[in-house]
Amino acid sequence: MSTTNTELCSKESSMMAPTESPIVHLASRGISPVILLIGMYVFFHGHYSPGGGFQGGVLLAAAILLLRLSLGTSLSQPVMPSWITLRLSALGALIFAGIGLVSIFFGGNFLDYHYLPMPWLEPAYLRYYGILLVEVGVTITVMTTLVAIYDDLLGC
Amino acid sequence: MKTLQYLLLLAFLGILIVAVTNLPPRGDVTAPVHQHVNPAGTPVAGTYFIQHAYEDTRTPNMVTVILADYRAFDTLGEVIVVFAGGIACFFILNLGRRKP
Repeated sequence: MSTTNTELCSKESSMMAPTESPIVHLASRGISPVILLIGMYVFFHGHYSPGGGFQGGVLLAAAILLLRLSLGTSLSQPVMPSWITLRLSALGALIFAGIGLVSIFFGGNFLDYHYLPMPWLEPAYLRYYGILLVEVGVTITVMTTLVAIYDDLLGC
Repeated sequence: MKTLQYLLLLAFLGILIVAVTNLPPRGDVTAPVHQHVNPAGTPVAGTYFIQHAYEDTRTPNMVTVILADYRAFDTLGEVIVVFAGGIACFFILNLGRRKP
């Protein structure tokens, strides 16, 4: 499946015409890591300020899509390969549901972080880290789904 | 016509600013919204969330606590919806391309 994907991506179709301008290349390659950094900040600061999984995931996806738009799909494959996007999206949803299942296996209700198997933490901090783990799943799903839809439009 | 549009926008901006400055501060338990009593005679759940969110989870952001802890099942549904949208786009957009 990955071989057909690379074949498809190597053919530059009409929709994915990458620009030749060095200014656009340099600017997008300079701005994209900054957007990634802001995305990570928004995600990890969701406990203390407005932010969280959905917003951080959208910012991370915006950084990758900027590279996809300016460099072309085949050149921006090392940032996030096309074949991995939908699998990572499923993984994010599995992380979220898996945390709920883990707390069922250890004697609680579904998504009751109080029962996560980390006995060295007091219950309030268990919930703190439970929220963080759940937001990791949300971020992965939102980021990779947005990139996957763009890649599907181009046929990669 | 343009000036009328700008005047309308300015009036709307003024209304919004007046409305926002009159809002109670975030997390105020004595706000009128949280004084309601449901038909069973107990206060609505928002009061409990505001009073106990920090003690339960040690997370200062109440919105995150409600989204990811008290209403985590709802958020799980939203994530599944996003994932289902990605899967649907994958199948619809690749309908004609996967023929060998």
